[in-house]
Amino acid sequence: MPSDTTAGPLPKATQEAVYVYEAPLRLWHWVNALAIVVLCLTGYFIGQPLPSVPGEASDNFLMGYIRFAHFAAGYILIVGFLLRLYWAVVGNHHAHQVFLPKFWSARWWSEVWHEIKWYSFLEREPKKYVGHNPLATLVMHLMFVWALVFMMVTGLALYGEGTGMGTWQFEYFTAWVMPLFGNSQDVHTFHRLGMWYLVCFVLIHVYVAIREDIMSRQSIVSTMISGWRTFKDNRPVDGID
Amino acid sequence: MRETFYEVLRKQGVSRRSFLKFCSLTAAALGMGPAMAPRMARALETKPRTPVLWLHGLECTCCTEAFIRSAHPLAKDVILSMISLDYNDTIMAAAGHEAEAIVEEIVRDYPGEYILACEGNPPLNEDGMYCIIGGKPYLDQLRFAASNCKAIISWGSCASWGCVQAARPNPTQAVPIHKVIRDKPIIKVPGCPPIPEVMTAVVTYLATFDRLPELDRQGRPKMFYSQRIHDKCYRRPHFDAGQFVEEWDDDGARKGYCLYKMGCKGPTTYNACSTVRWNGGMSFPIQSGHGCIGCSEDGFWDNGSFYDRLTNIHQFGIEENADDVGLAAAGVVGAAVAAHAGISAIKRMTDKGGE
Repeated sequence: MPSDTTAGPLPKATQEAVYVYEAPLRLWHWVNALAIVVLCLTGYFIGQPLPSVPGEASDNFLMGYIRFAHFAAGYILIVGFLLRLYWAVVGNHHAHQVFLPKFWSARWWSEVWHEIKWYSFLEREPKKYVGHNPLATLVMHLMFVWALVFMMVTGLALYGEGTGMGTWQFEYFTAWVMPLFGNSQDVHTFHRLGMWYLVCFVLIHVYVAIREDIMSRQSIVSTMISGWRTFKDNRPVDGID
Repeated sequence: MRETFYEVLRKQGVSRRSFLKFCSLTAAALGMGPAMAPRMARALETKPRTPVLWLHGLECTCCTEAFIRSAHPLAKDVILSMISLDYNDTIMAAAGHEAEAIVEEIVRDYPGEYILACEGNPPLNEDGMYCIIGGKPYLDQLRFAASNCKAIISWGSCASWGCVQAARPNPTQAVPIHKVIRDKPIIKVPGCPPIPEVMTAVVTYLATFDRLPELDRQGRPKMFYSQRIHDKCYRRPHFDAGQFVEEWDDDGARKGYCLYKMGCKGPTTYNACSTVRWNGGMSFPIQSGHGCIGCSEDGFWDNGSFYDRLTNIHQFGIEENADDVGLAAAGVVGAAVAAHAGISAIKRMTDKGGE
């Protein structure tokens, strides 16, 4: 099947495409991305509200709608995350990659280092991967998975303050998160810092995805849309995953 | 035989009618049904009064000042009779050795029966030398008085959390009561000061039912500390509408808009101010046009300005809030991304050129 015939100025790759991201995973990715955008925007304006609206209080519900959007998007994100965890168990080999980085593997670490050198312009060529490269896995695990867990737990703890004692949000989250941080004000502060941490992640994530799409040896952005990983050259996959 | 509360009241000329009215009012204030009022009356008629030792550590006496201004029930008529307040150095008549002897007497004569009410907290640095009562460190007096008590009431934010004397850098190492006394049940009644009616209600509950009220995880009575100021604030509709006081003396301030943007800590403060209010239910800070400063919350002195919602983050060394730090981080990441993209583009072009 592979052939080395070239047509035109660019070398044409014909290595077989691999189905990497199954439909539930791709759906989760984009729903989750949308939820995070809504959460960051509404969250920002909950902390720093928009200028006051004129008229009677009974005619307006701006903060109410903003907060509703925040809570609704938060629940979508949480339910999505739980379904994603389930999919990590029942999905294909790639579905659990960002949840269980191969911390125990020396080769994995050496490829993290290789990838860092590639990003520092010290390597001429990256390795070829079917799934995420190890550096991507590491960053997604630390900056994304755990940041989401932190935001979900503190978010539910803050939400439980409103729903009140006796509700599951309060009993399972607020009741132990508040004493852990000392007071509600500090939980708010850390929840806000968590938002900025995720904003930083999104900046890096979007940039790196586009850059890799152009400069790496495999497709990136289109893979999260179609699910299929295509390759730009015919040499064998040499990365760990 | 110690006198009962009812006997003391009658001696002071309080009518039985007034006594029963007090019982109904207090039962209602404690959130209990009408059936509880007769039970409360019976308890106060038959049980001997509970001896109370009220100790003062590092504090400003605002708790005592608040307590004696309770309107429902009136402290001077009722509370000082309901309990047998045997020691409170601010308001008792005895002084000097005579006064200090009372503490020893109560601890000796009523083991396991008396309540220890703590106002203020002990400093641990230099073996407690920063607070001396009657020639001895308050720390020793506290440990001694706590040794035989039935329960401890931590009055105010000092005893509950540490308050201003425990704020950074806390040179005297002042610590709340529960960090020193660990083997007795402790009820925290935070606030600087706590609401007088809340204080008297807690004492009434203890005297009447002979057990602690239901406490939350942080040891505060649920009946008064289970909701935030924000949850029951009369300005809440303006918050939901998105109508805020933008600066002091603007039109919004005159119209009584929400004080969120002026740094009101109502959304993060657990207390009953917006329902019970102060000075006999007349007003509370938000009603008089100023945001809540969160005085009943742990570490409220260290949470930055009273006028900012986003609090300072001290770990960064300079006064920065979460948005300053976050925007700076996002800016650095953004600049790094742009620079990296630029270098990547140049590298790609030069590599192409080489091929």
